[in-house]
Amino acid sequence: MTATLPTTAGRAPRHEVDPVLEITDLSIEYQAEKVVRAVDHVSLTLGRGEVLGLAGESGCGKSTLAYGINRLLKTPAVVTGGSVMFHSREGHTIDVRALEGDDLRFFRWEKISMVFQGAMNSLNPVKKVRDQLEDVFTTHRPDLGKKVRRERCGELLERVGVDRNRLNAYPHELSGGMRQRVMIAMAMALDPQVMIMDEPTTALDVVVQREILREITRLRSELGFAVVFITHDLPLLLEISDRIAVMREGRIVELAEALTLYTQPQHDYTKTLLGSFPSLTGERGGFVRDTGSTHAEEIR
Amino acid sequence: MRFVLQKLGFYAVALWAAVTLDFLIPRLMPGNPVDQLVSKLAQKGQVTPETRRAIELLLGADLDQPLWQQYLGFWGQIARGDLGRSVAYFPASVSDMIGQTLPWTLGLIGLSTIISFLLGVGLGTFAGWKRGSWVDNLIPSLTMLQSVPYFWLALILLYVFGLILGVSPLNGGYDPWNTFPGWNWAFIQSVIYYGTLPAITIVVSSVGGWMLGMRNMMVSTLSEDYILTAEAKGIHPRRIMRAYAARNAVLPSVAGFAISLGFVVAGSIVAEVVFSYPGIGNMLLQAVNSNDYALMQGIFLVITLSVLGANLLVDLLYGVIDPRTRARS
Repeated sequence: MTATLPTTAGRAPRHEVDPVLEITDLSIEYQAEKVVRAVDHVSLTLGRGEVLGLAGESGCGKSTLAYGINRLLKTPAVVTGGSVMFHSREGHTIDVRALEGDDLRFFRWEKISMVFQGAMNSLNPVKKVRDQLEDVFTTHRPDLGKKVRRERCGELLERVGVDRNRLNAYPHELSGGMRQRVMIAMAMALDPQVMIMDEPTTALDVVVQREILREITRLRSELGFAVVFITHDLPLLLEISDRIAVMREGRIVELAEALTLYTQPQHDYTKTLLGSFPSLTGERGGFVRDTGSTHAEEIR
Repeated sequence: MRFVLQKLGFYAVALWAAVTLDFLIPRLMPGNPVDQLVSKLAQKGQVTPETRRAIELLLGADLDQPLWQQYLGFWGQIARGDLGRSVAYFPASVSDMIGQTLPWTLGLIGLSTIISFLLGVGLGTFAGWKRGSWVDNLIPSLTMLQSVPYFWLALILLYVFGLILGVSPLNGGYDPWNTFPGWNWAFIQSVIYYGTLPAITIVVSSVGGWMLGMRNMMVSTLSEDYILTAEAKGIHPRRIMRAYAARNAVLPSVAGFAISLGFVVAGSIVAEVVFSYPGIGNMLLQAVNSNDYALMQGIFLVITLSVLGANLLVDLLYGVIDPRTRARS
């Protein structure tokens, strides 16, 4: 599908020259009593260090796609076809769908880390922030000494602008923004090559949201990981993404550079989405709310 | 530290209130229990003035003293461990009788409560983790065993294992003919032999509840976001089960465990009567049957203390295992 979509000509785009993640024809079904195809033959290529926005209304399958990439889906969700290829920066290619057991476990977070929708609930309420951060190292870097581990955790927190002392705090002692920062710190712990962010700022107010986004943008330019940023907030994506994929009913209806998508949307749905956000300067009441019905069920 | 002191303070007040009620209630009762007891004692033999005095002191019938002095005296007695003399087991003192029976109860009921809790929580963890497995399918039959009246279940098991199969003794806590109480192997062996069937009946009749509760908490904890995060982090499934899911799911069970620990002393009556076990529950029944007020009062005091003590212990423990409950200063 990517091939048919317009990209700005000129120099070859990053995702074609040096892809880090290639998703081809991925299909995911919820095999409940009524089978729901939540992701329908989706193909996506993520360039190294690229920010790819994934936009779409609730229930369009964007979270399911994200979980499908990292093999986090639970029954009744089943990946029915397609492939997910990960091209490591060390030069080898990993077929994510073929990973099993410990291989899959070590692949997760090491290569692709995630920041989840409900950051408020992503931290275990009865474990200290330190223990939850250290868990990553004890799992993936078992030979790391205790002192080094502690030091790393402190550095990670400071990198996202949270005081080192907060390591000893419990999640309920942190504000929502701080918790999300802790989650981002945790996602960066192993220097992953891809970070999937599933609506990481949805539960936060706009001021904190802005700070977090700035943090993510800064960290990405420092560390060079690629980001799949999932949200229903298209204007936000326009601002931070290199390319944006618009998803609807499990299909990617349009994929283009952010600017192209904004200025020359091709698909009607994209136009509707863009039109459904009020503009500061336009005429009063001039946007459409009716986006039509969806058959994909509400997912996660 | 502040949290601990607050809790200790609260329990000190609760203890004071309980003991004061223990002191006041006999005084508020109509009639004179001293005469009743003395006439009862007189049937068995001569009543010494010392006994009468002890009963008077304990029940507050000593009208020469003002109430506050009696109250202080009562506290002094408790502090010295002097709870008066038993009527039913005359001339043994109440504290001696309690000292004799309490270890049996703590050993049998306490141990089987702990075993039942650990077993139930362990099985429940697995049942919740692997839903639909054989462990999960065990739950309906175990909860059915719990809904069966305990005395009936115990009698049936006693009948089958004690009488028909003959693999278990019919009553008592140890073999009084061939062994002598003390720290010798023969006695300990005999205690284990005699205690196994009662313990099994208690565990069988209570394990289902623990298991069901733990299993359901596991299921709801497993759908929490932090479990998904832990999975995405690549943490070993066994570690997720223990450190993330079971760790959080066990919290309500711990609170329930506190309550049942507190009632180990009080709730042992049926089990001990069915198996004629020499514990405190059996003794309480004897005390009630023979109107032994002093003994009853002593046992109630022990029950109060054990309920308070178990609750304090778990309150403090809960503060450790669930940081959210710690009061912020």
